[in-house]
Amino acid sequence: MTGVSPLPAILSTVEGVTVEVSTAPIQSGLVAVVKRDCPTCELVAPLLRQIAGSATPLAVYVQDDPGFPDLGSDSPIDDTSLDFSYHNDIETVPTLIELRDGHEVRRTVGWSRADWQEYTADAALGEDLPASRPGCGSMSVDPMIADELEARFNGSILKSRRVEFAAMEDDFEAAFDRGWTDGLPVVPATEVRVLRMLAGTTRDPGEIVATVPPNLVEVTVEQVAINAVMAGCKPEYLPVVLAAVEAACTDEFNMHGLLATTYFSGPVIVVNGPIAARIGMNSEGNVFGQGNRANMTIGRALQLVVRNLGGGAPGEVDMAMHGSPGKLSFCFAEREHDSPFNSLAESRGFDPGESTVTLFAGQGPTPIVDQLSRNPESLVRSFAAIMRAAHHPKLVIGFDSMLVISPEHGRIFAEAGWDRARLDAELRKLLTIPGTEVIRGAGDIDEGLPVDFAESDLPKHRDNGMPIIHAGGDAGLFSSLISGWVGGSMGSELVTRRIET
Amino acid sequence: MTKVLDPTAGRIAEGLQPAARPSSLEGKTVALLDISKPRGNVFLDQLQADLESQGVQVKRFTKPTFAKPAPVDLRHEIATSCDAVIEALAD
Repeated sequence: MTGVSPLPAILSTVEGVTVEVSTAPIQSGLVAVVKRDCPTCELVAPLLRQIAGSATPLAVYVQDDPGFPDLGSDSPIDDTSLDFSYHNDIETVPTLIELRDGHEVRRTVGWSRADWQEYTADAALGEDLPASRPGCGSMSVDPMIADELEARFNGSILKSRRVEFAAMEDDFEAAFDRGWTDGLPVVPATEVRVLRMLAGTTRDPGEIVATVPPNLVEVTVEQVAINAVMAGCKPEYLPVVLAAVEAACTDEFNMHGLLATTYFSGPVIVVNGPIAARIGMNSEGNVFGQGNRANMTIGRALQLVVRNLGGGAPGEVDMAMHGSPGKLSFCFAEREHDSPFNSLAESRGFDPGESTVTLFAGQGPTPIVDQLSRNPESLVRSFAAIMRAAHHPKLVIGFDSMLVISPEHGRIFAEAGWDRARLDAELRKLLTIPGTEVIRGAGDIDEGLPVDFAESDLPKHRDNGMPIIHAGGDAGLFSSLISGWVGGSMGSELVTRRIET
Repeated sequence: MTKVLDPTAGRIAEGLQPAARPSSLEGKTVALLDISKPRGNVFLDQLQADLESQGVQVKRFTKPTFAKPAPVDLRHEIATSCDAVIEALAD
């Protein structure tokens, strides 16, 4: 319970206009807040009438029935709007507040004979009633309407333009008509929903999160929250969305180029650390597929931010030739608890207790099938064979690839004692390719590297161009390759950001 | 009537006018910008030969990577040293 605002003059901001919504009619004395639908309020109703008839100034606010309680010659004050209750942090009815010179001195909740006798300086007050009775919940904190009150009284903290749909407009069609969607319906971003979303972060709604390409728009926490609502996020996902937006809008990740390219890729978001389990992300069965709200909506929120705030829409700045279904949302958590390796985030210098997002420019997963290998020397050769073919078997160094190892494949490496470094080194050895195989014309294929490279041995991937992750369901002797885009300073670099609160 | 918050940046696109086109390339300098896509140079080599045969001065420029916007210094150099620019976009 707080010290509370000066009681008499209560100001409220409705539709951006400050109005005086209620004024306690007394400067000193007692203020009671009650509702009829509360047995404890019924119990104290006769006492309120008794106080009203005494020398103690009294104001009684009622939340549900302006005719309750009967105060004799006085009338209760109608607080069915809950303005007074909301602004004075009433959580329980009855609440009895002692005022002096317009300021709250103390308050008591429910019925406490001792407190009420002390507040009224009437040692006989309610002496035939029980010593105490708990009160009931104030309507202003009823979960069914608390969000609505928050929007009514606190909506002015939201700076974004309000758009009012016409009476005959369907909410969902209206969003499509305005070009705000990725082709799927979006959740209408009402004030109530956006305020609820903002409760998912401690950051100020007006804080700038990032400069979003292609229009290079500085976007606020509030604007990201609006798009997170539309994507279907829960408030607890918002910190992940904010970190993903920050990571995407770095020069290293190069969201602008990734968006504008004719290539397939979009941002692939990998979440590490305790937040993944806390918000219910999927790192196991069907990890890249449908069915998990956090996985599906976090990636979607990032894409809506780029579309709606950055101005990057398909067919306009997004010039993808085929694109990828992953551009709706491609977001998952690493399966850390039984991984044979340290996590992706740890391999990038973060502590296991930290929650992070790592963004990779990639497209859909390609299966790696190997159901017969039972030793890592054999299995790593299967991996290398598929990885060699990614993008084109003759293209090396330029493109990145992310390898996602399943639990059943991972166990083979764990049992043989291979850690991340060993696997990485063995893959690099197998993926070092003689220049004669990749130059233009080799294999009667024109695609390839200039003939000057004929004498060199060339790595398939640049340093940092082959991240390895553990994820997937318990059963299935498969892994996945998520082939990437142009890597490094020529295209996109893997970017990891800590997820803040 | 549902009231929602605008999810866009709420900006109206600025109406930009393209620069005035030269009526002739005589005595002008033309920039040929290679964005570093494969075979863009083949196209630009041909253009350069054609332009030079008409007595047009040609300057060649190259973006470091096709995957990112042209660096501001490069754009400045082209704008201040040339009268027109031809960009070879694709493969």
